[in-house]
Amino acid sequence: MSRDGELQSAIRKVLVIGSGPIVIGQAAEFDYAGTQACKSLREEGVSTVLVNSNPATIMTDVGVADAVYIEPATVPVVERIIERERPDGLLPTLGGQTGLNLAVELADAGVLERYGVRLLGTPLSTIRQAEDRDLFKSLLLSIGEPVPESVVALDARTAIEFADQMGYPVIVRPGFTLGGTGGGIGQTESELRDVVDGGIAASPIHQVLVERSLIGWKEIEYEVMRDSADNCITVCNMENFDPMGVHTGDSIVVAPSQTLSDFEYQMLRTAAIKIIRALGIQGGCNIQYALDPRSHAYYVIEVNPRVSRSSALASKATGYPIARVAAKIAVGRRLDEIPNAVTGQTTAAFEPALDYLVVKVPRWPFDKFASADRTINTQMKSTGEVMAIERSFEAALQKAVRSLEIGGRSLLWEERSWSNADGDLTGEAMELISRPNDLRLWAIAAALRRNTGVELISQMSGIDPFFLHKMADIVGLERELLREPLTPSLMHRAKRMGFSDVQIGTLADLLPDQVRGLRQSWGVRPVYKMVDTCAAEFAAATPYFYSTYEVENEAEPLGCESALVVGSGPIRIGQGIEFDYCSVRSAVALQEAGTASIMVNSNPETVSTDFDASTRLYFEPLDEESVRDILENEAGEGTDDGLSAAPPIIVQFGGQTAINLAEPLHRAGARILGSSVEAIDLAEDRERFENTLHRLDVAQPPGASVRTVEEALNTAEAIGYPVLVRPSYVLGGRAMEIVHNATDLIRYVNAATELSRSHPVLIDKYLEGKELEVDAICDGDQVLIPGLMEHVERAGVHSGDSMAVYPAFGLSRAEVQQVVDWTTRIGLGLEVRGLFNVQYVLFEKNLYVLEVNPRASRTVPYLSKATGVPIVTVGTRVMLGESLAEQGYRGGLWPKQELVAVKAPVFSMAKLARVDTYLGPEMKSTGEVMGIDFTYRAAMTKALIAAGLMLPRQGALLVSIADHDKAESIPIIRTFASLGYRLYATEGTAGMIDALGIPVVLTTKKLDEGHPNVLDVIVDGSVNGVVNTLESVSARRDQLRDGFEIRRAAAERRVPCFTSLDTVRVVADCLSAGSDAYEVRTVPEYWSFDPEEFRVSSSFRAAPGEGDRGVHGHQALGIRPHETRRSELGTVGP
Amino acid sequence: MWTSAPSESPGSPTHFGADACLALEDGRVFFGRAFGARGDAEAEVVFNTSMAGYQEIATDPSYHGQMVVLTHPQVGNYGVQGEATESKRPWIAALIVRDLAAAPSHWLASGDLESYLRAAGVPGIQEVDTRALTRHLRTHGTMRAVLGRLDGGSPLPEQVDRLRDRARRVTPLSEKNLVAEASAPESIAAATRRPLDAKLITLGTRIALVDCGTKHNIARSLAGRGAEVVPLPWTADISDVLGARVGGVVLSNGPGDPERMEAVTALARELLRLTIPTLGICLGHQVLGLAAGGSTSRLKFGHHGGNHPVLERGTRRVHITSQNHEFQVDAASVPAASGFLVSMVNLNDGSVEGLAHRELPAFSVQYHPEGCPGPQDNQYVFERFLNMVGHPTSGADALRIADFGVRNVT
Repeated sequence: MSRDGELQSAIRKVLVIGSGPIVIGQAAEFDYAGTQACKSLREEGVSTVLVNSNPATIMTDVGVADAVYIEPATVPVVERIIERERPDGLLPTLGGQTGLNLAVELADAGVLERYGVRLLGTPLSTIRQAEDRDLFKSLLLSIGEPVPESVVALDARTAIEFADQMGYPVIVRPGFTLGGTGGGIGQTESELRDVVDGGIAASPIHQVLVERSLIGWKEIEYEVMRDSADNCITVCNMENFDPMGVHTGDSIVVAPSQTLSDFEYQMLRTAAIKIIRALGIQGGCNIQYALDPRSHAYYVIEVNPRVSRSSALASKATGYPIARVAAKIAVGRRLDEIPNAVTGQTTAAFEPALDYLVVKVPRWPFDKFASADRTINTQMKSTGEVMAIERSFEAALQKAVRSLEIGGRSLLWEERSWSNADGDLTGEAMELISRPNDLRLWAIAAALRRNTGVELISQMSGIDPFFLHKMADIVGLERELLREPLTPSLMHRAKRMGFSDVQIGTLADLLPDQVRGLRQSWGVRPVYKMVDTCAAEFAAATPYFYSTYEVENEAEPLGCESALVVGSGPIRIGQGIEFDYCSVRSAVALQEAGTASIMVNSNPETVSTDFDASTRLYFEPLDEESVRDILENEAGEGTDDGLSAAPPIIVQFGGQTAINLAEPLHRAGARILGSSVEAIDLAEDRERFENTLHRLDVAQPPGASVRTVEEALNTAEAIGYPVLVRPSYVLGGRAMEIVHNATDLIRYVNAATELSRSHPVLIDKYLEGKELEVDAICDGDQVLIPGLMEHVERAGVHSGDSMAVYPAFGLSRAEVQQVVDWTTRIGLGLEVRGLFNVQYVLFEKNLYVLEVNPRASRTVPYLSKATGVPIVTVGTRVMLGESLAEQGYRGGLWPKQELVAVKAPVFSMAKLARVDTYLGPEMKSTGEVMGIDFTYRAAMTKALIAAGLMLPRQGALLVSIADHDKAESIPIIRTFASLGYRLYATEGTAGMIDALGIPVVLTTKKLDEGHPNVLDVIVDGSVNGVVNTLESVSARRDQLRDGFEIRRAAAERRVPCFTSLDTVRVVADCLSAGSDAYEVRTVPEYWSFDPEEFRVSSSFRAAPGEGDRGVHGHQALGIRPHETRRSELGTVGP
Repeated sequence: MWTSAPSESPGSPTHFGADACLALEDGRVFFGRAFGARGDAEAEVVFNTSMAGYQEIATDPSYHGQMVVLTHPQVGNYGVQGEATESKRPWIAALIVRDLAAAPSHWLASGDLESYLRAAGVPGIQEVDTRALTRHLRTHGTMRAVLGRLDGGSPLPEQVDRLRDRARRVTPLSEKNLVAEASAPESIAAATRRPLDAKLITLGTRIALVDCGTKHNIARSLAGRGAEVVPLPWTADISDVLGARVGGVVLSNGPGDPERMEAVTALARELLRLTIPTLGICLGHQVLGLAAGGSTSRLKFGHHGGNHPVLERGTRRVHITSQNHEFQVDAASVPAASGFLVSMVNLNDGSVEGLAHRELPAFSVQYHPEGCPGPQDNQYVFERFLNMVGHPTSGADALRIADFGVRNVT
């Protein structure tokens, strides 16, 4: 015990590194992990210092850690944090690969040694061993664990020699990258050469591992924990539905393994324990195996010596809080000293037993990027995932598919082109089965429907027949539902197999509501079972439930005042972690207001699906059926008269997913808290919205909705080109385009009417002005506007892809007042109760409303942190009926914090082959970072650094500017020239630069006409950045390809590529200002006044004495309110 | 919903196609669909939380006299395999599951679980709310039950009442000599013909395995470490042991109440008296506890699963173990004067998991170091035992103390 005691006493303060912006391969799971870890360390009396550049996270809320730094996680910045905070330890295992890599860099730079900071959890040597393929291989071989034959290659030649020996195909894995970035499969010599070149470029250590292909073997993962006393447990094992060859993040995953005998299960478990011991990890570790489907042979494929995406999934799948336990182990706790928070009786030293199955299905962005390569391989492409819990594989799979929220697509969905005139399967569908892709699951179902044998499908896909037989059972029941009359017994079987009411209705020719009515009259209702880590062996107190069709219901109605928060589902482009942040904050706010919170969500990566983030968690799809069932369950027995006795629901925080549920749930009798369905519809229905704005005397860009090409041309003619066109009722800027002439308009309208035949196309005057955005809270009497944000990129770039700056600058007092007035008018006029978001464009001194969203927007977490106004908390309380005044707030603009906060988008373009990276009205970013400081340039510099967009002080730039942008680009080019930048430019642009008297290297964009061409200078690293603006649509027709190749080459080589002059202008500006002139401080230290103190002391407070009620969000999350470091600040106070 | 108040109204079990019923002695009933052998089962019902290893569970002789409900809902996925048997036949009285795989898949599978059980005369019931059943057993304790088929001809309530009545009349476990039926020393020899792991050190020792219904992997684990295993029947006495000229004795696991095992307990006393190295496993552990002067009692619902944490008190090491037992050695019952101390405890409920003697070469574990199903990382028990046998006199104390950290136990 003495050793532990010493360890504990030595660690008083720990620096936790977050994973930064959400990118493909590193998503919300690390917010979940980091938040758990901070809470866990606090329980141990350890104070925490957190650094993370991502503002859309719960972990960066003031109060989760003792000191929160929203700063770029670079060595110089973190060194300054260490210097200020003097932590004893650094916990790098909770921030994904980013955290580990940074820890290695800090160690290599001597920072950890210099300040006496101990690396906790995983020794440095282990991080290197797990990441350096050669070291890893020799370590495993030394303990007798098999690794696939492989060679480390620094060039393509080595790889090809190896492949000649082993035979093709071979797998290429780059060292030290996230989510398999830059990896792939080499089927032929030329393909191998390409993949190796890409992999070497992707790897920060410029090496790849070329290894024997195990395509078709089973892929199995184990999550292992080890403490300082060498006690080891495995939390969970998982089996991939997709065999080897698909990145585990892109695989459908089942937990626990289903096709392994106990012998195999234990064989791999024993090996996992041996490996974690050999690596000396104190904490969690993820180990991936390939298992031969025809023998007991296996290979160790990968070891992640940290909390990973898979461990987040394992935590949600089992209820075992891996990150929480790992954090405690890191500061010296032993497994048997850590209580099991789920059962409350046992300890963390046990292995969860599951009495259900979990199925995870990835969510890919291919609905957004129609041109992307949909093939799935060892490079992860999904942005998010869903998880479903059920008592059979069939039901869990079907529930997971429902949770994906892909246009209501169930397993019944088929692409038209998959069947020929006779209904037989086409070659296209068969190809989808043999080569992994996002549609494979549906193609398999389609094949089974046409009586293709399980054996054949298994041979083609490598998927274990066990899973395919289960799918065949689903298809068999489809047939029965099609042919047989619907009886109670058939209904019961269908529901037990996971068929939704909609699916049953489709097959049995009934409306979903009729199916619901029938099944309820037959007594076929879901029950809710608990996820308790122990398969019911011990009584558990956890409030974590899933639905199933069985006898016993364990989720008795809460029986107290409660409200249901509709979550936001899988992370996808356009609906990211911001909405999870809002959902969690809302749940906490409810609890603080004395109302129990009921969370519904299907996303295993998030904080919202942590069982202690709400009073009760239902892990369920976010569709009408499942939310209605939950509401009925919470309403209790004998309430068949609709949902009047059910808890009210909150739909403002779960993004468009939740908003879309408002109308059907309202129709079913649910009570919606906050803005009524009527108010929501007013904002969403274009025509009614226009009328309302007109009535409120608020201007919109001129425009109309049209149904024919003639109408379109007439409208465009009347308002003048350029125009912004989009189909109505399409979200997130999908299929939105800026059109400059009649030819393009005709082409667009023809395509768009295809897209949504029954809906008109919207045509608006495109105003190339300054874009402004506000988030606001309306209680019916007043509208509180926490802050004004200004976009760096002019209107036309999707707001989610724009850099935003708080506060808006360069606005006259009158302009600010106008924004405030209009926002107030809109909030009151639309009868908003709660949050709304308005986007404006300021064009030639005139203000126009572009868009109103009757819900929390993605800027809410960022703006909350910049202003100090807990927007979600205030909004939730308004929805519960507490006015702004009663909360100590007043209407109008909240006082400006004397700081600048810049939000910058982050893209995952390197991972999405064939996606064009230019910025336009359609959103493409996956995440965001925030730069916060006292000056614009410092904040902007930090945002650019954190987003990976900052250029070096000196370097070279490739410039290719569209004709209509050339004049505007001149000052920017001059700035780079004056900084000493070497300029490369394409033909036209080079001519212009030369004419300015600036030296320039002509680099042809004609790829087949000599070298060096534009791609050469990107690929060989000659340039540090690319500026490439887009020609108008018609001119683009010829030039699209070369521009596209430039942008793709930049994305793949991770060279910043700017397609908007606005963005590159701020880069040039920051560079000329000197890039390290920035502060490093905690968020409250940037605030010029303490928002809480201001609110409480505000003379506008209506109910004195009530202002001290509730410290925002802290009690319910089990965390202390922040400490502002006033003593360190020069001037304080409003 | 499938309720215990059956009727022909919508939502009744027969409406949903139930053709079998499990009736518990306290009157609760569960409906489902029959599989496996025809015919009824009368036995105690216990739950097992292992997520794999149904065949090892089915063939574990310790389950003789018990029906087993598996808490993992998807069962039979990889079929049945020649290598996964723990004795000569399945012993469970019946198998209760949520979902039985109709089409198993595994390269080693020689058949499906249903046919296997049918051939062995074991009935089963599927589509049961096994979690509800498990919660019931956890709350009210292990109980007797009858698994019966429903007959479409006669009224359901009467059939169910009949099953309930029968459940109350099932002979309790403690009143049967199940070991006599489960012991089959002749089958052990076949199981140990092939050592499992040739890499391990050969100690060249002869070990007597007193078979009270042993799992074959105990024999395989010993043989795999180079021991020659001499199977003895549960009725063996000390002269049989001495006659077998062995270096040590393993008292095996087995079904039923340890207090019925007077003969084995007497043998254990003799082994201690003669300082013959002895290892007790499960029932063998309970017998050793009785021989040491302790008492045994029934746990409320037993330990059945592959995830039980056991704390080794001396080293404070935690072992994740495979367990299958109904009875325990009472913690305070082992007299200090016997020289035995409680070396291991269950982290979940504090029950006794291991005994070790301060001086004599004897120790025991309540859990199953041989796994099957369950973790394989407790094989150290066999290594310790064989080390002890290899050093029966000189340095034995030091060895054992180092192994168990006995000195630190207070």
